[in-house]
Parts: sequence; C-alpha cells; structure tokens
Amino acid sequence: MQPRDVDESFLALPLSALTEAALTRAVDLGCEHADLRVERIRTQSISLRDARLEALADGEDLGLAVRVVHEGTWGFAAGVVLTAAEAVRLAEQAVAVAKVSAAVASDRVELAPEAPHEGSWVSAYEVDPFDVPDADKTTLLTELSERLMAADGVEHVQSGCMHVKEQKYYADTAGTRTRQQRVRISPEFTALTVDRSTGAFESMRTLAPPVGRGWEYLTDGRYDWDGELAQVPELLREKTKAPSVEPGRYDLVVDPSNLWLTIHESVGHATELDRALGYEAAYAGTSFATVDGLGSLRYGSELMHVTGDRTVEHGLSTIGWDDEGVEAQQWDIVRDGVLVGYQVDRNTARLGGMARSNGCAFADSPRHVPVQRMANVSLQPAPDGPDLDGLIGGVERGIYVVGDKSWSIDMQRYNFQFTGQRFHRIEGGKLAGQLRDVAYQATTTDFWGSMRAVGGPSTHRLGGAFNCGKAQPGQVAPVSHGCPAALFEGVTILNTVQEGGR
Amino acid sequence: MTHHSAQQLVEKALAASAADGCVVYVVESTEANLRWASNSLTTNGAMRSRQVVVVSFVDGGSGMATGTVARTGTPDVAALVAASEQAARDAGPAEDAVPLVSEAPPGAGDWDADPAETSIEVFADFAPALGAAFGAARDRGDLLFGYAEHSLTTTYLGTSTGLRLRTDQPAGRVELNGKSTDYSRSVWAGVGTRDFRDVSVADLAADVERKLGWSQRRVDLPAGRYETLLPPSAVSDLMIYAYWTMEARDADEGRNVYARKGGGNRIGDRLSELPLTLRSDPAAPGLETAPFQVVGSSSGSASVFDNGMATPAVDWISGGVLTNLIRPRAWALKTTAPAVAAVDNLLLEEPTATATQDEMVAATERGLLLTTLWYIREVDPQTLLLTGLTRDGVFLVEGGEVTGAVNNFRWNESPVDLLGRINEVGRTERTLPREWNDWFTRAAMPPVRVPDFNMSSVSPAS
Repeated sequence: MQPRDVDESFLALPLSALTEAALTRAVDLGCEHADLRVERIRTQSISLRDARLEALADGEDLGLAVRVVHEGTWGFAAGVVLTAAEAVRLAEQAVAVAKVSAAVASDRVELAPEAPHEGSWVSAYEVDPFDVPDADKTTLLTELSERLMAADGVEHVQSGCMHVKEQKYYADTAGTRTRQQRVRISPEFTALTVDRSTGAFESMRTLAPPVGRGWEYLTDGRYDWDGELAQVPELLREKTKAPSVEPGRYDLVVDPSNLWLTIHESVGHATELDRALGYEAAYAGTSFATVDGLGSLRYGSELMHVTGDRTVEHGLSTIGWDDEGVEAQQWDIVRDGVLVGYQVDRNTARLGGMARSNGCAFADSPRHVPVQRMANVSLQPAPDGPDLDGLIGGVERGIYVVGDKSWSIDMQRYNFQFTGQRFHRIEGGKLAGQLRDVAYQATTTDFWGSMRAVGGPSTHRLGGAFNCGKAQPGQVAPVSHGCPAALFEGVTILNTVQEGGR
Repeated sequence: MTHHSAQQLVEKALAASAADGCVVYVVESTEANLRWASNSLTTNGAMRSRQVVVVSFVDGGSGMATGTVARTGTPDVAALVAASEQAARDAGPAEDAVPLVSEAPPGAGDWDADPAETSIEVFADFAPALGAAFGAARDRGDLLFGYAEHSLTTTYLGTSTGLRLRTDQPAGRVELNGKSTDYSRSVWAGVGTRDFRDVSVADLAADVERKLGWSQRRVDLPAGRYETLLPPSAVSDLMIYAYWTMEARDADEGRNVYARKGGGNRIGDRLSELPLTLRSDPAAPGLETAPFQVVGSSSGSASVFDNGMATPAVDWISGGVLTNLIRPRAWALKTTAPAVAAVDNLLLEEPTATATQDEMVAATERGLLLTTLWYIREVDPQTLLLTGLTRDGVFLVEGGEVTGAVNNFRWNESPVDLLGRINEVGRTERTLPREWNDWFTRAAMPPVRVPDFNMSSVSPAS
C-alpha cells in the first residue's frame, strides 16, 4: 500500500493565509498563545430497517476556530467562512470573549510546553468509504441484512453503518503546523424476535467493533462477517428459551467484546485529570482516583496493567498530533494494580505538575473548544496468560459475558451496572447454555480487585465506540480499548426482571 | 466570496433541482456559552454556524427514493443538489414514501426576515452576577461549578411543493452545582430559559446554599425501596425517555413497551389511576418550539416526506390513558391511524394538583427527597426498565422536614411502570432536565411521590 497524503482538496484550502491572518492578529492583540484549527469532517450514516434502506444521510462540517490565551484567560471563537477577514474577526472575537471572561476567572491558564511540529499524518486504512459509490454500500448492507432476515425466528433486523473522514489542520504561535486525516467505520446488525402471544421480544447484535479502518472492514475478510451473521439467529433463538438468571454472586469470565466498555467507564474516565481536578464536576463528574492517590491507589489486582495511547494502529483515538499540537504518545495508567498515570492536556499537565502533556486534547468539531478526551485506554494481556477455554475451564460455577449492551456508572466512577448481548452459564469449567435477564453490578476497585486471571494475547481484541460524551457544550469522541478476556471472582449479578418488579 | 442569505440559498437550491421533489432547509445558528469550576470561569465560546440541507426525491419507477446531503457554510449549491439527487437515485424506493406536504402549517413565520442571533453579550448581566455568587461562595467556603448556554437557531425550509417556512428557536440553560471544598457534599440547581432575562443567579445560588445547608448532617442508608419525592427535574428525565420511546411502528411491531400482548399497541390502556396528562404543545408558554416538522433523515418516528407538516399540540397520555404515539404519515396510512409528529417540548400535569414541593415535603412522615437523576440507560426495552443514579442531593425527610443528606443510590425503574405507582402529584412548573438537557431543555413537570422507588444499590459517589 502506498503511504497516503492528506487529500489535496483539503490542502487546497487557504490554510496558510488563515494562519497568518488569525495568529498575527492574536499576537497584535497581546495574546500569549493562539492557535487556529481548520477542520472538515465528512459523515455518512446509512440505516436499514428490515433489510430495506431507511435513510442515507451525508454530512460535511467545514469550519475554523481560533483559541487564545489572553492575559491568562481562555478565549474561543468559531466560524464557517474560510477567509482571512473572517480569521481576523475570529481572533478579535476570541480576545473579546477572553476579556468578558477575565472578570470571573481566577485560575491562570498556562500551557505545558511542547516543541513545535511540522508534518502530515494519515490513519491506517485502505478504502476511503467516501470513494465507494453509495449504491455499492447500500447493496452490501442490504445483502448482509437480508441474510439475517431470512433466518428462522428473526422477525426484524435493524442495521446500518456510519463512517467518518476527519481532516484537521492545526497551527499555533509556537510554530506548529500539522495536517491530518483519519477514517473510521461502525457497521452494526441487530436481529429481533417477537413472541406476540406473550408480548416478549429479544434482540442480538453483532459484536464487530467500530474501528479506525476504511470500507475494507466489510469486504476484505479480516473480520468474519459471514461467520458472525450466520451465528446470530441461533444464538438469539437460544437466548429466548434460556432460563432467567438466579441473582447472586458469580465468577465472571468477561469477553473483550464486553470488557472494553467496563474499562472505558471505570478506568478510562476515572483517570482523566480534568475530572480528578473538578473541571467536569457539574457534568461528566469527578473521579474517585484523586491526585493524592497517584503512585499509591490500589486500583485492582496485581495482574492489572492498563496503558493509555494515541498510537495503536486502527485505534479510534489514534492521531499524529492532538488538538493542541502535542505529539501522540503511549504511557502507563495502572501498573501492577496501582494508579500511576493520568490522561491530560497542556493546561491540566501544568496543573498536575507534569513537564509535558501526553496529548489528549480533542475537539469534535471546528465549532468546539478542545478539551481533554480519552486516549485508547487498554488492559494489557498477560504475555503467557490462558486462552478463552483456559479461563472458562478454571470456573466451577459462573457466567461468560459476551458483547456490550447497557451501561451506567456514577459521577465518581465507583458504582456501575452493565448488561451484555449474551450470558453463557459456566458449570464445571464448561459452557452450559445461555441465561436471560442478567446485569452485573459492582464498585470499580472491588471489581478490578477481584480479577484473578488475565487472558493471553490470543484473547485480545480492540473494542470501542464512536460516541463517548463529555464536556459542555457536549462533545462526542471516538475511542478504542484493547483488552483480553479476564476472570473476575464473586461479582454481583442482578435479575433485571426482578429489578423491574414491584 | 459572495454572501448569500439563507433564503437565497434555499431558492437557488430549489431552482437547481431536477428531481421529482425537493426539500431544502438552512439552519442559521449562533451560540454563546460560559463554563465554570471551583468559583472560576474555565472555558467559553462564541459560535456561528450555518447548515444547508438538501433532500431530493426521485421516482425510480418502482417508487419514490430519497437522499439527504448536508454541508456547513456557503457550499456550492449546484454540487450539493447534484450530490443529493445522486444519493436518491442510488437509494431504491423508500418505504415511507407519500406525497410531499403542500399545505402551509399555521405559524409559518416571517420568511423574509433576517435570522435571529445571540452573542456573548447575552451574559452582560449574568456574568457579573455569577462573579458575585463566586465571591459569596468563597466567603462561605463553598465551591461553585456549572454551565450557561444560550443559542438561537433560525430554520428556513422550502419545498418544491411551494412551502416557505421559517422558525426561530431560542434556547438557554443554566446549571449551578455547589460543593463543599472536600467535594463530600454536592447539590444542584438548574433552569431553562429562552432569553436569560428571567434567570436569577441569586435565586439559583440561594437554592444551592439551602441544599448545602441541608447536607450538613450525613445519614447513611442501605439499598431498598423507599417512599420517594421526585422533584420536577427528575420527573422530566424519566418522562422524556418514556416520550422518546413512543414510536407507533415499534409498538405495532411488538418491539417496545407500548406494544400490546397479542398484537397491536397499547393506545387506550390506562397507565395511571391519576388523571395525568403528558402532552406536547409548540405554543406552550415559555416552552415555544417549531410548529412544523424539519426532518433530515427518516426513522421509525420521523420521515423526510413529512417536512413542513404541522405539528399541533398533542396529548400522549390523557386522564391517565395512553392516547397517542408518534406516527409519520406513511405508517399512519398503512395502519389507518392518525399521523402524529413529535414536538420538541414535554409537559406532565395533573389538572387538580395544587401542592408545591415544599408542601409535599411537609406532608411526608419519612421518605427521600431527590434532586436529579444521572446516567440513565435502558436495561430492558420490554418494560422500559431504566437504570441510573441519584445525583447532587438525596435528602432524608422525617416528620415533614428535611433532616439530612443521604448517600447516593443506583436505581432501576421503568417510567411507564412508575406512572402506575405515583400516588401524589404536585403543581407543574417549568424545569430543566439534568440527564438530557444537551438535547431537551423545554419541559414542565410536577413533583411526584412514589411509595416504593427501587434503590438497587448504594453509590459512594458525591
């Protein structure tokens, strides 16, 4: 594969002229820092209902933003007209916003230093989904959906694919000039069955995660779509006939298709320094993992090794440089079960006493100010750990949890409750049919403290989501989480029907 | 670059369209926001944006197909229209195809007027008042966190059937979160607004100060079922979820909580013994919203073919009985039921209720008084069982008075089931949803009493 460059049509925008206009004006107005972002984000969402196209929506968001630090206060302004005059106006408006804010701001903004960077970066993908004719895309999605629809017992199919191409130009007064382009894709197929006589209905979704790949994700055979779509109807049938779970404590083998989300909620968000410092206190929340616990907080069992990175190939949070011009990095967050690191941006790095940001600033659109967003936060497999059969084989009475579904966690990231796509009973080290109506509930440090075995590299996979929410105004960010399967002892299992009873 | 007005862009796009039908809308939006933490402003912004959306309708022989293309800024209109037509030609016949709307709805707006705008100046009085509240909090040893946002969105919608409709949507919200310096006590007050003229920082700060006072005494309680008073904000977050799920097609197909056992939907079923009305009304005072449909992308609850359709006031639940579900015209035709569009506000009322929240507290022997609900997610679609957390103030009421603050809980409850268990309803007032205010700010709800709210486990969070 030829190394790609950023699309010529993006590079042809008047990036240098906008930079010159915005940054010069900001410096003239006395700003100690100013940066300019120009972004073009192309999004396509295709949805099908019962294997029939329901909607095809194609959007493009093109705009620019100027962010300044003026006498220690942030100012931000964004617009959609790509002219030097507008760039000057935005620089002036950003300074005006900083002045209005100064009266009620007592914290002084200072950015951790970063050496200037100059360059281009393009994510790893083969086929740009926006180069594929819409008709080809809907034909393939329809064909895959029809296979599910045709299966015995499947009454409805909800399916679709979202793909995004994100292009960013960043320039700042320290001299950084970066151009980036990345592509991501999220196909999903859900089969539903309805029992009219009882009013019951059940669903089963494919486990294929959203990834930083192109359209080839659906066509090159590296992901086994045929195999998974063939299995879903039988798994759904088995689920509808499965017994309702007896609530209590069980040993859980959690598949990476479920565990990624538990990592996201209970480790990813809990180790964002802006949360620990209170910046998200009124909205996304704070964190139990406070700064005084860095280097000492017992997060989980000694088997727990969690890293943050913005570098893993096909990762949804992977970039070349972040939205403050900081180079992509990889670092430890939990080592031997102890909290050792946070995710930061340049201002929180300085507040946290760090010499350099680890590059977690991200804005989801040209309209929004960059905030600290999640790196790819991943649980490392045990190099000589067991395979899936080995993990299940070590459980006398337990449940194997597969696929994510419902999730909820409190504002300090203690108490969580998750469901899944399916729950298999484990008896005497063997799978023994599915269970229904299952949710697991725990407190973060108890749960990770109960991790008794971590799967080996053969169980590892990269999960993730397009839609992680944070900040006000609300922003969504894509992020991946790599993890192996792992065994947790004595986790509380609820019966969701009993929970809903009176 | 030539500057085109929104109206000119709509006309240009409609003129460029060679499709069998075309809907074009331009959304002009301006927004200003302030965010603060620990008695200091943190981030802020002033944004201006324009989105141009073209929906083309092409008769491919076997039925009408559609495609939607949206761009920001001042796009090349001819290219945009061509892309939208190509998308429609690629799409195959649409299941929701019906003739485009040609009758102008009431309240079509002043097409020729410029878009309404806001700016950072909307906070000219608010920001100094906030500064004063920071000072007072600092003096008390408390911390204030929160967010204020104002936006103005003007939508110009034109169709090849001759509609020229315009609507202005002002929206604003303020959230004020107060904490003790060790974060162990945390409370909240919030308000929705159209223009910030009715926002009193002093009132919000006084509410926060009162609740922080209530929190001085800490009481630990275990999980269990409690008599619980839900204030309007908490009720709104539950009812909004019940509303978002009110899709007629899903119900008719047996796949949501409004499906009837044995087939069909539950319209006509009594959901509450109390004469509760859950309704939406584009003209509701203080909660005004668009009186017609603007749809970029079809789903089970909205159709691009219905662009421009009037969205009159609708009762979802009337006198405790489920009376309407959201139904695009195509599904209405298929099921010989009325077309009913979603409206972007929600009100729950009990017409005879007079009690204020304070009066309901005074009438409580022992129970919990909540403040807000958080991180609400669907656990079981069949019963609409939701899970979530209590947040920023669970207060113990004993002998008609608040006697302390209780730990938070994870709860598991269905809003539809709750409707049948609410045993007292107070007076409806405008409120700000906590969980959903990124998407939904126009709500009026009463405080309600539930005899047995399911607090599933304790959350140590504050």
